[in-house]
Amino acid sequence: MLRFLLTRIGLLIPTFLGVTIAAFALIHIIPGDPILMMAGERGVDPARYEELKQQMGLDLPVWQQYLRYLGHLADGDLGQSFYTKKPILDEFMTLFPATLELSLCAIILAVTIGLPMGMLAAVRQGSILDHGVMTLSLTGYSMPIFWWGILLIFLFSGILGWTPVSGRISLLYYFEPVTGFMLIDSWLSGQKGAFSSALSHLILPTIVLGTIPMAVIARQTRSAMLEVLSEDYVRTARAKGLPPQRVIGLHALRNALIPVVTVIGLQVGVLLGGAVLTETIFAWPGIGKWMVESISRRDYPAVQGGLLLIAAIVMIVNLLVDLLYGLINPRIRHTR
Amino acid sequence: MSDTADTQASSDNPLAQVLAEFWFYFSENRGAVIGLCIIVLVVLTAIFANFIAPHSPIEQYRDHLLTPPAWQEGGDWAFPLGTDPVGRDMLSRLIFGARYSLLIGCIVVVLSLSAGIVLGLVAGFSQGIVGTIIMRLMDIILSFPSLLLALVLVAVLGPSLENAMIAVAVVILPHFVRLTRASVLSELNKEYVIASRVAGAKLPRLMFLTVLPNCTAPLIVQATLSFSTAILDAAALGFLGMGAQPPTPEWGTLLADSRDLILRAWWAVTFPGLAILITVLSINLMGDGLRDALDPKLKRS
Repeated sequence: MLRFLLTRIGLLIPTFLGVTIAAFALIHIIPGDPILMMAGERGVDPARYEELKQQMGLDLPVWQQYLRYLGHLADGDLGQSFYTKKPILDEFMTLFPATLELSLCAIILAVTIGLPMGMLAAVRQGSILDHGVMTLSLTGYSMPIFWWGILLIFLFSGILGWTPVSGRISLLYYFEPVTGFMLIDSWLSGQKGAFSSALSHLILPTIVLGTIPMAVIARQTRSAMLEVLSEDYVRTARAKGLPPQRVIGLHALRNALIPVVTVIGLQVGVLLGGAVLTETIFAWPGIGKWMVESISRRDYPAVQGGLLLIAAIVMIVNLLVDLLYGLINPRIRHTR
Repeated sequence: MSDTADTQASSDNPLAQVLAEFWFYFSENRGAVIGLCIIVLVVLTAIFANFIAPHSPIEQYRDHLLTPPAWQEGGDWAFPLGTDPVGRDMLSRLIFGARYSLLIGCIVVVLSLSAGIVLGLVAGFSQGIVGTIIMRLMDIILSFPSLLLALVLVAVLGPSLENAMIAVAVVILPHFVRLTRASVLSELNKEYVIASRVAGAKLPRLMFLTVLPNCTAPLIVQATLSFSTAILDAAALGFLGMGAQPPTPEWGTLLADSRDLILRAWWAVTFPGLAILITVLSINLMGDGLRDALDPKLKRS
């Protein structure tokens, strides 16, 4: 297991360095002088310009600049936003809980609906239920989620008036963030109605962000389940006279879950990408919306830092999924 | 499984036989056939947009601002799906938009597929440093969420339809490279490859004429599925203002234009999204059918 872990991490390091090069290159490919961009409309006088250039290391050769950049990264210094002048890591950390909360809710929704649906479809292969689930999941998979979000707002906020249109909580409530998770914070604040307000703000974005992972999980569960159900040991278990629920729930599901876990892990990238659209539509103050805004504000240090941190998160989660896969799949556990 | 009449009829022509067999398995999947029909319809609409569309997509009818669809009160049959805030006919804009979406899908897939095949072949044949570098580069692309990477690439290149297509092509590239490399590796040690190597075939011939034709099935399936991803991602970029720019009637851009109107003019928002959904869904249905028909492992099960 330790060797497996070390090989995996060994493979990750060059990729991560590549990601840092990509993020570093981003600022250098963009046309325009970074100092002039930072100074904005007011401009700088030549003496100050030279001073800044030296201070930022822009007079050094590119490879030295890159090493400098890596050194800053190692100190946790991702630079400063052009727009807010705050350190990027701080901005990211303030906004990340909002995205995490939304993503967690979305993945929980996707698993609690997608997994049983996929199982049901596999067990009743060829039935109307199977066709229905498959059609729905393919539709979900093909959904332009930015449009889906607008439609849901139209229906539930516009016509029915059940849910709020945007944000994380009604402006009536204010409390200091403790965990950064609005559901928990509103609960802790003890203010009447705060929790239900936070919850009602969360429902539509969760559905929108969870739609594609739900569809993918349902499809994957169904095909994994179908494969397992045709195996000899399942037939043996049936022949032994075990009740069907036990065969499916215990023998088949355990093995069918192995590929499904991988797919759930791979959805993290999908979720963070989907967060860009979902957060933009619902004005959800997370990193997806922040990235879009930073791009349109030409706040390149923020884009660079955000991209790097998001890639790091995706890589770490993928590593964890690989490890988990090794843990639950005995075939891999023994061969490594 | 018994031969059907049409496989027997064309048994003297090998290509026709392959096609007949393919069609036999493909047509067993009802969803795939429906998907194919809808795609053919969309393609025809796009080609003959000039003749089908009742109006020009950019003509502004100033006395028909935000006309609702014809069947609603206040609707006008001259504008079957209503008009947008500056009086342009929705139906005509959607019909012309089909051109953009299909063209985007085609160009992106052709770009990405051809680059992916070359890189994948090189990575498969050279197991040394070149192959490693290519695969690590693909890993780097894959460690970013695809839409976010596309968005940042467009931001760097400058927002336009061409750059959006390039960005999406880059983002889906790793799938083609990995797939090509994997199939090359599984073919490399087979006897026919060794035989042609011994017979003195040069590397390009080995790559493109000997090995590549035997890797096409998974690539066709992936290309179909990527076609739908490309349309979706390009529409998402258009929606975020980073793809096609107004007044281009690209479907994502149409949505972005009328996004704030949802409570006042549902038709301006609903129909472009529906067009995207139906097109992407049909392509995905077709992709599923293709996979079943082309994957020899699944054929007899």
